[in-house]
Amino acid sequence: MKQVLDGNEAAATAAKLARVKVVSAYPITPQTTIVEKLAEFIANGELDAEYIKVESEHSALSACIGAAATDVRTFTATSSQGLMLMSEILFVASGLRLPIVMTNVNRSLSAPLSIWCDQQDSMAVRDSGWVQLYCENNQEILDTTLQAFRVAEELLLPVMVCFDGYILSHTAEPIEIPEQAEVDKFLPVYKFPNPLDPEKPVTMGPLGVPEYYEEFRYMLQEAMHASKEKLVEVDKEFKKRFGRYYGLIERYRSDDADVILLTMGSLSSSAKEVVDTYRKRGEKVGLVKVRSFRPFPVKELIGALGQAKAVAVLEKDISLGSAGGLFLDAAASFINVKPAPLMLNFICGLAGRDVSPLQIKEAVRAAAKAAETGKVRRAVRWLGLREKVVGLKV
Amino acid sequence: MSLKPGAIITEPGSSVRYETGSWRTFRPVIDANKCTGCGLCWLYCPDAAVGKGKPPEIDYRYCKGCGICANECPFKAISMVAEERE
Amino acid sequence: MIEIRFHGRGGQGVVTAARLLAEAAFLEGKHCQAFPFFGAERRGAPVVAFARIDDKSIRVRTQVYEPNHVVVLDPTVLETVNVVAGLKRGGLAVINAKKIPEELKNAKVALADATAIAVETLGVPITNTAMLGALAKATEVVSLDSVVKVIEKRFKGKLAEKNVAAAKAAHNRTVIK
Repeated sequence: MKQVLDGNEAAATAAKLARVKVVSAYPITPQTTIVEKLAEFIANGELDAEYIKVESEHSALSACIGAAATDVRTFTATSSQGLMLMSEILFVASGLRLPIVMTNVNRSLSAPLSIWCDQQDSMAVRDSGWVQLYCENNQEILDTTLQAFRVAEELLLPVMVCFDGYILSHTAEPIEIPEQAEVDKFLPVYKFPNPLDPEKPVTMGPLGVPEYYEEFRYMLQEAMHASKEKLVEVDKEFKKRFGRYYGLIERYRSDDADVILLTMGSLSSSAKEVVDTYRKRGEKVGLVKVRSFRPFPVKELIGALGQAKAVAVLEKDISLGSAGGLFLDAAASFINVKPAPLMLNFICGLAGRDVSPLQIKEAVRAAAKAAETGKVRRAVRWLGLREKVVGLKV
Repeated sequence: MSLKPGAIITEPGSSVRYETGSWRTFRPVIDANKCTGCGLCWLYCPDAAVGKGKPPEIDYRYCKGCGICANECPFKAISMVAEERE
Repeated sequence: MIEIRFHGRGGQGVVTAARLLAEAAFLEGKHCQAFPFFGAERRGAPVVAFARIDDKSIRVRTQVYEPNHVVVLDPTVLETVNVVAGLKRGGLAVINAKKIPEELKNAKVALADATAIAVETLGVPITNTAMLGALAKATEVVSLDSVVKVIEKRFKGKLAEKNVAAAKAAHNRTVIK
């Protein structure tokens, strides 16, 4: 059935379809309407779950950890500062290998105070042992959230489903809502292998002495690597059942492209429009979208970008003192690999600044020039800085 | 030894295999005449090495000689005596 | 693709207006997208929201810079915001006002006294549903019938009735200049 839903409603609907048993959340700013919607579902009997209101995001994720460990499917949602306050517990959840699914609505970080969209928040916790999937539209939010439970529970990894604040979270568009019976077939009943149970005691979170800690980190890293294959497998099964497939990356008119835009999240949509305008003129411009940022699809990107002359990485985050996080990982993918494309990084759209088609074209032009000359004068640039704003009509 | 994901230990009470008695430099000795069997030493012992009773039995395989029992005993019935090892 | 920009103030239902318009278009079998642009908003601050309607699926996610039409829920925003900025040739400004404001004397304008209508029908000066009625009258974007249907879906009971009355009254009383 098709319905007009915004991104937040899509995420909440997915959690409902997954029949989550515990939702824990801190309901104040920067929280989104995802948990409001879930509270409504529980209150009116559409979802049979326990709703735990807590006093901070630190506690929200802690409550999820306890719940997931007692063998129930668990969900929470957060955003920006909330994710920052959770960051300590993010590592606990992954270290304990608890398959929690969480939505992060991508919004920027203070200071200066901001409520608007960028990806600095989830990028700041990319090393926390959570699978990170970025969505391009509201259909992808619903579908990815359903897939996330499968991947999380089969590999004992927490999964963070990320999507852009406002640009998706508050944008309403028609999406296909799958039937509950079909989702039930896709998502088996949650089962945690060694749950907390007074009848059968286990110890969770023991001391990780130097003789053992490294092994547990290695096991977590191995699970992360394995999640690549699992994501594809689950995605394929999803396609069989629901007809939609996303992949670790998406290649859009990039196979023969000299210049490729590399993007993540909702920016991909507008950038595809720009690609089409170049293609209409016969210019070989393409796009590759990264959907799975953790695990990072190294092999897939080498395959998708390797033949290009220049790649322009557009992203709404910055590792201050270095470059954008997507750029760093994309560039590192080509270490020891030849041929490798020239790479340029464009930081844009911070704190909700609209990334206009003109700005995207500016990135394409710079990459095309690098492709032509074989040189990159400045690898990291900022798009749309105030003094450079040109051609915007509003 | 196989490590479980998340460092979960599935064998309950596996620390029983870890005998901390070898750490001891002072051993608690109970004066049966002063002991009232109040059970405070049993309650306080961090290694569950003190039993209940009047006087209680101490399991020296696990007693690490920390002296908490002697410190807590309201009747000064427990004294810490230096271990003499060869 | 039809792109519509809504102007108003926080609390007048600007965001809901865009969403209802998109849903009305969806009922007519169209593809749609509705989204707000939030500033550091409080009740009373100028607010913008956008709707896109197309026969094929909509991919672009930038703000709307060249709208086909604009809808202004509160004429006082004209003093600080250029509501017709980027308006496409032939595009209509559907305004909540009694007469053509000085700022729009060169634009193609449709007028509805939505504040009066909202106060009559709803008892409060929330003009979003009335202005959707006006838009349905002044343009071909969606029909009044679809607007009524989404209002009935969105609101319950008496509130739905009152908002339907607001939309219908505005539809009757909209004048294209």
